[in-house]
Amino acid sequence: MNVSELIKLIDGKLLSENANLTREVKGGCGADLMSDVLASIQPEAVLLTGLCNPQVVRTAQMADVAAIILVRGKVPPKETIDLAGAEKIALISSPFGMFELCGRLYQAGLHSLEVSVSDPSCGCEE
Amino acid sequence: MSESSHFQGRIITDEQAENITRVEELAYELKVNEVMTKDLITVTPETLMQEALEIFRTNRISGAPVLKDNKLAGVVSIEDLIHCLQKNDLKSPVSKYMTCKPLTVHGPDPIIEALKLFVNFHFGRLPVVDSNFALVGIITKGDITRGILKAIQQDYQEEEVRRYRASHLFEDIESDRSSLILRYTIKQGDFMRGGAASSAIKRALLRLGATPQIARRTGIAVYEAEMNLIIHTTNGGVIRAEIEPHQISINVYDDGPGIEDIDQAMKPGYSTANETVRELGFGAGMGLVNIQRCVDSMRLESILGKGTSLKLKILLPKKELVGEGYQTNEEH
Repeated sequence: MNVSELIKLIDGKLLSENANLTREVKGGCGADLMSDVLASIQPEAVLLTGLCNPQVVRTAQMADVAAIILVRGKVPPKETIDLAGAEKIALISSPFGMFELCGRLYQAGLHSLEVSVSDPSCGCEE
Repeated sequence: MSESSHFQGRIITDEQAENITRVEELAYELKVNEVMTKDLITVTPETLMQEALEIFRTNRISGAPVLKDNKLAGVVSIEDLIHCLQKNDLKSPVSKYMTCKPLTVHGPDPIIEALKLFVNFHFGRLPVVDSNFALVGIITKGDITRGILKAIQQDYQEEEVRRYRASHLFEDIESDRSSLILRYTIKQGDFMRGGAASSAIKRALLRLGATPQIARRTGIAVYEAEMNLIIHTTNGGVIRAEIEPHQISINVYDDGPGIEDIDQAMKPGYSTANETVRELGFGAGMGLVNIQRCVDSMRLESILGKGTSLKLKILLPKKELVGEGYQTNEEH
C-alpha cells in the first residue's frame, strides 16, 4: 500500500507539503510515547499517534517512518506541519480513533511493524 | 514584480492527483518569466518584409514581435513570410502580413497557460506582456522544454551532487587518520527545536555514504541523548559527533545537575521526568535503554552537581564504511 492509498482508506487529510505519495508503507505502529516508538518501530512503517508536537516528525525521521497519521481528527501546531514539509514526510490527519484506524489498516493487509521492547536484539537492524 | 498571475487553479480529485508526474507539476510551478527569452529581436509595422526575412536569417529565428511606439502591435512569423513570397510581395511592410492582436501571456503565469495556448491555437511563439501591454519577452515551446529539463535536472542533481562530494571526502583528503567532527550546542527546554542536531547528523552520515541502517541507529541514539539534554540539564549541553571511515564516536556532555544513581537511570522504565515532558511523548524511562540498544559501546559517567558525560561508539563493519572508495575496494 502506498501513502496515497493509505489516505483514501482512512478518510485522511494530507497536512504537509512535499510528501512522496507513492512511498510504500510496509506496516504499522501505534504509540504516543516517542521513546517507545524509537525502541520498537521497524523502518518504512506508518506511525499512528495522538501526539501532535514536532517531536513526532523528528521521531519519524530518525526511525525512517513512511507516513504519520494523527488520530481522532487532531490538528497539529504549524511547527509540526512545517517540519513534516521540510523533512518530506507525509503528515495525515484522520477523523477516526486509534482503535478504528489500527483495525482498518490491519484489515487492508498492513501488519505490525512493532517489535517487543524487551527483545534484546536492536530493532534498528534490518 | 508586483503583478500577480491571472491563472486560476482548478480543483483536481485525489485519483487524478495520484497520477501527476513531476513534469506536470513543473508546468504549474515554473513561471513564464523564468523560461522566456528576454533578449528580444523586434521589428516595427513599417519594417519591409524583405528586411524581416534578412533579420530572421541572420539571427536564425522564425518569428518576431512587432512593436509600435514600444507597444505590442502584432507578431510576424516565417509563415507570414511564405505567404508574402507566394505573392512576390517582399517590398510590402510587415503590417500587411503580421498577425494583429496576438494572444499573449503574462510573466507571472505558470507555463501551463502558455502550453494551453500552444496546444489549442498552434502558434509557434507567444509574446509575454506586462499589465500595461508592454512587451517583456517571448516564449516558444522550445523555451518551455528547456526550462522543464533544467528544473528536473536541478531537482535530481542537488542531493546527488551533495552526496557525491561528501562521499569522496575521506578519499580526497589524505592523512594518517582523517575524521570529521560535528558540534552542536543544545539549549535546555528548547523542545521546539529538539532533534534538529540529530537530524543534521543523520543527514550528514547518509551523504557521507553510510548505510541507512547505520544512519538510523546513530540518529535514534543521538536523538534520545539530545532530548535528555533538553529535558534534564540545567544549562543544556553539547553534542560532538566524530565521523571516521571505520567508526562514529559521539560525546554528549553537560554541566549539571548530574545523575544520582546511574544503575537506577539505566533501568528500563525508570524516569525522573515531569508531567510536561511526558505530555511531549518522552520521559518514559526508555531513553538510555534505547541508546544502548543502538550503539556498539556506551559509557555514562556523571557527578552529581557537576555534570554528565555520555560516550557512544558505533563501529562500521568493513562493508559499511563511510566514503564511496571503501565500497569499491570491497568489490576488487
